[in-house]
Amino acid sequence: MKARTSLLLGSLSAALVALALTSPRVIAADKVDPVADAKAFQNFFFQKFPDVKHEDFVNGPYSMNEDMKRQWQEKEEFPPYEFALDAGKEMFSTPFKNGKTYADCFANGGIGIRQNYPYFDTKEGKVVTLELALNRCREANGEAPYSYVKDEMASLTAYMAFTSRGKPMDIRIPDDPRALEAFENGKRYFYTRRGQLNFSCASCHVQSPGERIRAEILAPALGILNAMPIYRSEWSGMGTTSRRFITCNSQTRAVPLEPQADEYRDVEYFLSYVANGLPISGPGARP
Amino acid sequence: MKRSLPIAMLLALSLAPAARAANEADYQAAYAAAEAASEEAAGMRNQWTTTVSTLAAAKKAGDGGDFDRAVAAAREAEALAKASIVQATSEKEAWKAMEIR
Repeated sequence: MKARTSLLLGSLSAALVALALTSPRVIAADKVDPVADAKAFQNFFFQKFPDVKHEDFVNGPYSMNEDMKRQWQEKEEFPPYEFALDAGKEMFSTPFKNGKTYADCFANGGIGIRQNYPYFDTKEGKVVTLELALNRCREANGEAPYSYVKDEMASLTAYMAFTSRGKPMDIRIPDDPRALEAFENGKRYFYTRRGQLNFSCASCHVQSPGERIRAEILAPALGILNAMPIYRSEWSGMGTTSRRFITCNSQTRAVPLEPQADEYRDVEYFLSYVANGLPISGPGARP
Repeated sequence: MKRSLPIAMLLALSLAPAARAANEADYQAAYAAAEAASEEAAGMRNQWTTTVSTLAAAKKAGDGGDFDRAVAAAREAEALAKASIVQATSEKEAWKAMEIR
């Protein structure tokens, strides 16, 4: 009886020791570590496409295909987003009815700050995108908000991106558990399959960049938002980040969320953070 | 023996349930089930566009009195909604398999 008891106690102690040794590893694996995530994310693409210059990833499909790159370089001589850029510049400097302008709502008068968006607002406890900040600026000055998917918002963000061209994406994650949660939620959204076609964002932009989907060449996820907003020939017009997310969802036969839903804000936060260090190239042009 | 076969066939046919056209009550029941599944999927933020369009097609057929078509569409919409619920449930953990580490 004694032998059996000591055997039982011995086994129990061994199990507890084993549990104690393995638990920290389990916790470490589940810990949110944006720095490690960004490093792994960038390395994945750098290794998958060793011939692509790191700063070229922000040019989407044009970084994947030499023929397309040449076409795009020619297109850049008379860029299709130029009208939006001019309109955006004018809108940006035109005062609201109360005499203030967009410059009053942003650091550095709104010039050269695209690389800092989206940011985590510790007061609100949520991610704030540039599109959201622009509409909040309008509302704070007694103006009606713009549609998140239409031309005016695309023009404004095109101008703000243009003034930030070449600046490295610089997204911060403050020491706040809610910011880490937003990053993690964005990551989850990015990798989660949805829609009847059972696609995640990663199905196209991690597993298949450079490959064709019908007539299009898929862009790599790395730096995909650095070029926003974009002129898309497919749309015959400009599109915001909101429009891009909504269209991606529809294409997988998933009902899109409302523009600037928490999930979209979080996935923008995640995708922008993992592109830290890569230059802003917006506004962009895509097939 | 020769006679017993036709008799058995007649008996089997008479016992088989006759296929009948769907009525409004069938449609209402099928539509309610589809709508409930669709709402559950929407609550999980994982609605499929095909669920919405198939449910709309069921309603259109039902409103037009074509209950056979309405019931078929409602059942299809319910199946689509249930598939989207399964997807959302499994993806709560499955997404990690795709993550770059």
